[in-house]
Amino acid sequence: MAARPYPFPEPDDLVVHETYLELQRDEPVARVRLPYGREAWLATRYADAKVVLADPRFRRAPVMDADYDPPRTMPEVPHITTILSMDPPEHTRLRRILAKAFTARRTGQLRERAQQIVDGLLDDIEAQGPPADLVDGLAMPVAITLISEMLGVPALDRAKFREWSDAAVAITAFTVPEIEAAAASLRAYIRDLVEDKREHPADDMLTVLVHAHDNDDRLTEEELVSFGVTLLIAGHETTGSEIGNFVYQLLTHPERLAELRADPSLVPAAVEELLRITKLSGSPGFPRIATADVELSGVTIRAGEAVFVDGLVANRDPAVFPNPHELDFHREHNPHFAFGHGVHHCIGAPLARMELQVSISTLLNRFPRLELADEVKFKKGRLVRGPERLLVRW
Amino acid sequence: MSEWTIEVDRGACLGTGMCTSIAPDHFRLDGGTSTPVKSPVDPDDAVVDAAESCPMEAILVRSADGAVLAPQP
Repeated sequence: MAARPYPFPEPDDLVVHETYLELQRDEPVARVRLPYGREAWLATRYADAKVVLADPRFRRAPVMDADYDPPRTMPEVPHITTILSMDPPEHTRLRRILAKAFTARRTGQLRERAQQIVDGLLDDIEAQGPPADLVDGLAMPVAITLISEMLGVPALDRAKFREWSDAAVAITAFTVPEIEAAAASLRAYIRDLVEDKREHPADDMLTVLVHAHDNDDRLTEEELVSFGVTLLIAGHETTGSEIGNFVYQLLTHPERLAELRADPSLVPAAVEELLRITKLSGSPGFPRIATADVELSGVTIRAGEAVFVDGLVANRDPAVFPNPHELDFHREHNPHFAFGHGVHHCIGAPLARMELQVSISTLLNRFPRLELADEVKFKKGRLVRGPERLLVRW
Repeated sequence: MSEWTIEVDRGACLGTGMCTSIAPDHFRLDGGTSTPVKSPVDPDDAVVDAAESCPMEAILVRSADGAVLAPQP
């Protein structure tokens, strides 16, 4: 069969495009053609996604090979190596430097600080009165403040990097020169900050990275800068968008909202279920390259071929999740791939979970009659999806 | 050379696939959680890498005399 054009159009809402679901049922490993680069496979079932994400025969680094011509959404070939484009053992070397800072135990110690930030933002929202925009008033500032404090990014610089970051995660929302300029500005900014940490070491992650480079030779200067940029962007675009997405989901599912209000002990399970069902990803992401022939759902992927998977599509596989399109806070087993799977499983997952739990439970508790005050439009043409604005009243 | 023991706290394990990808010879996912392929094992840095990378700190690696090798506090 001829390769399908991919990515599929972005729906207006946070739903999964129906073509994914048709493929998952009828053609679980399908040929796709991206706007640039060679053809690829798209695997949509959970079991296949698990193999592609975790089996060491699938690798990411070959995408960066000079002669590869990777399938991609933008004309230029990615040329800056980040932790996202590395495989073990190089990936493990970098990941281990900061793994400790992000464990469930360590991020649990930040819960009090997160609560303080959320309380302060909700005080401001209440004082200002309805309608209020929860994207600018709560979601983004919570995520930005926490990751900035962990990394050691000064509060005064946050408006600046938010603008760059918004463009740096674009696919089609900005022009290619705009996206490249924003990415370059972010790198230059982190480079300056790294110099500053050399002079003035602090109790933060950038200082840990500087120390790992300068004293232990565990990463190069370029890896250090890339790691800082990746953490800064991934640390707030995703969680910030999801806080807004989750509030939207709850306000448009009144029965689930009532259930959660009646039993706040459901918040952790509700966050897991919202992670599973919310189509956060707005782009195909990185393909994996097979390094040997591997069979997926009866189709042989040849060594050297590229495969795309999307955990948020796998999360709708009825073989693993009964009634996959239902928002259900009582799933006994919810092994979703919202944070990925395998070595690239999101390093910030425990932090994101904590931020989401604190934000959602505090917001609901504070405003018992919260409701949408306007129609909600979602951002398009970016790596992650989220509301442009989320106007609410109470 | 003295062997190491590997324990996985299956109550804490979230099945992220981190250890099974970093040290595929030593861990496998079984019913959604990780389990050591065998224990004790000959010393292998990959086991320590896996334990240090686990977000739940669910993997405990000990030397033959019982001392905890990973995760470091």
